[in-house]
Amino acid sequence: MIAQAQNLLGPLWPVVWTLLKIVAIVVPLMGAVAYLTLAERKVIGFMQVRLGPNRVGYGWLQPVADGLKLLMKEIIIPTAANRTLFLLGPVLAIAPAFAAWAVIPFDLTLVLADIDAGLLYILAMTSVGVYGVIIAGWASNSKYAFLGSLRSAAQIVSYEIAMGFALVGVLMSANSLNLGKIVLAQSGGFWQWYWLPLFPLFIVYFISAVAETNRAPFDVAEGESEIVAGFHVEYSGMAFAVFFLAEYANMILVAMLAALMFLGGWLSPVPFLPDGIFWLLFKVAALLFLFLWFRATFPRYRYDQIMRLGWKVFIPVTLVWILFVGGMMQTRWAYLFH
Amino acid sequence: MIFQDYVFYALAAILLFAGLRVITARNPVHAALFLVLAFFTAAGIWLLLEAEFLAIALVLVYVGAVMVLFLFVVMMLDINLDRLREGFWNALPVALPVGLLMAAEMVMILGSKHFSADMLNAPAPRPVGYSNTAEIGRQLYTDYLLPFELASVVLLVAIVAAIALTLRERKDSKFIDPAEQVKVKRADRLRIISMPAEKESVSAAEPAAENK
Repeated sequence: MIAQAQNLLGPLWPVVWTLLKIVAIVVPLMGAVAYLTLAERKVIGFMQVRLGPNRVGYGWLQPVADGLKLLMKEIIIPTAANRTLFLLGPVLAIAPAFAAWAVIPFDLTLVLADIDAGLLYILAMTSVGVYGVIIAGWASNSKYAFLGSLRSAAQIVSYEIAMGFALVGVLMSANSLNLGKIVLAQSGGFWQWYWLPLFPLFIVYFISAVAETNRAPFDVAEGESEIVAGFHVEYSGMAFAVFFLAEYANMILVAMLAALMFLGGWLSPVPFLPDGIFWLLFKVAALLFLFLWFRATFPRYRYDQIMRLGWKVFIPVTLVWILFVGGMMQTRWAYLFH
Repeated sequence: MIFQDYVFYALAAILLFAGLRVITARNPVHAALFLVLAFFTAAGIWLLLEAEFLAIALVLVYVGAVMVLFLFVVMMLDINLDRLREGFWNALPVALPVGLLMAAEMVMILGSKHFSADMLNAPAPRPVGYSNTAEIGRQLYTDYLLPFELASVVLLVAIVAAIALTLRERKDSKFIDPAEQVKVKRADRLRIISMPAEKESVSAAEPAAENK
């Protein structure tokens, strides 16, 4: 069938084929985002000894109902807002969140773009995501939105440094920036994965990832008690929903990256079980559960404490561990760090 | 024309437009955002030259970090646009010759036979396994090790100097050091005293009885 379509479309075939692959990634991703919102409400519900959504289709259709409701609502554009930038904000938030998925390998061959500098590409794309927040906050022409966007931008820029350093350790161990090669460098079972030799970097990466996605306990960008809802306070309807989608797509992305770089991706933890994409999905789900658990457990950090944690704790920890790994690679224990 | 040519012309057109809008946009925030667009498009052109490491580093460093901080400052400043435009006619006598001189220099360089487009051959496409990233790393850490390290030391000095210039402790500020707050133990704030339980006082109960 593929050969037939190839003949029919001729030179257009690569474009169509790539578009089909993009759809094959984005559609399940949107589904995962929708059901992550449901999982969040259910998990937090159970942690607080209540049921969570259980009416629309016994709770299972709740995300669909939420989506429909947001679609029907009017998008209100404040009179004093900068109209073009106000509408551009959500687009700039969600576009990088999806674009980063282009280089994510789901399996040995199951990847849209198998590029050499994959890790750098992901760092670049996630750093572009901050523009959505900044532009939305500024274009709304509202004090709360502006304060929220300033907080968020400073926080994301700060934690990106610690996150980048954590990834430097990974690429030193794997000798590659290609995500597929990074996973393959960890083959050999549970004790060969990078969470063990790079344990401090793993912890720093995961906490920075929580801060980077503006999730609790680092969600001061939308701290309800202080600045209402932060940068998206003026948004309604689908424009708000797009921010929401971007936040959850980013959560899944950073969990996916943690699974690929520190937990062996699609590799099986024990030699007698086969490798496969289900391992990757299981690891991502487990990490996402941690996100929800954090939100139900920890009170919100104060802003100066967040900044201190990022600059004075995480960045020194990663720098020291990178030096340590680099030094150990020159000794006869180098095999432990590869 | 091959496909790459179309991509190049599209990117070049966007880049020129963005560059033009950086200097003509009235709102400083819009100008900064057009600069972001210019960086992003330039990265696309670098990708066409197979310089993927430089292209991604440009997005990561300039778009992702430098311009964010730049926008930060521009957004927070209360810039009076009319005051900015007042100086236009005063500055013109100086600006015009300087601008013309620069334009003339550009024409002389780009128009000369040594730099014209047909003098520069398009770089030959690299083989499939060629890694631009590894090649840059090898160059930086072997051939250009000393200049590279010197440049990083210069940057470090600049960072230290910038912090030393701006970091002042204000006597009247109520700033609290979060490190000290984190270190606080229960014993510093709370004292638990062991004391015997008191009996219900008799004198306190008596007035209540009289009021009846």
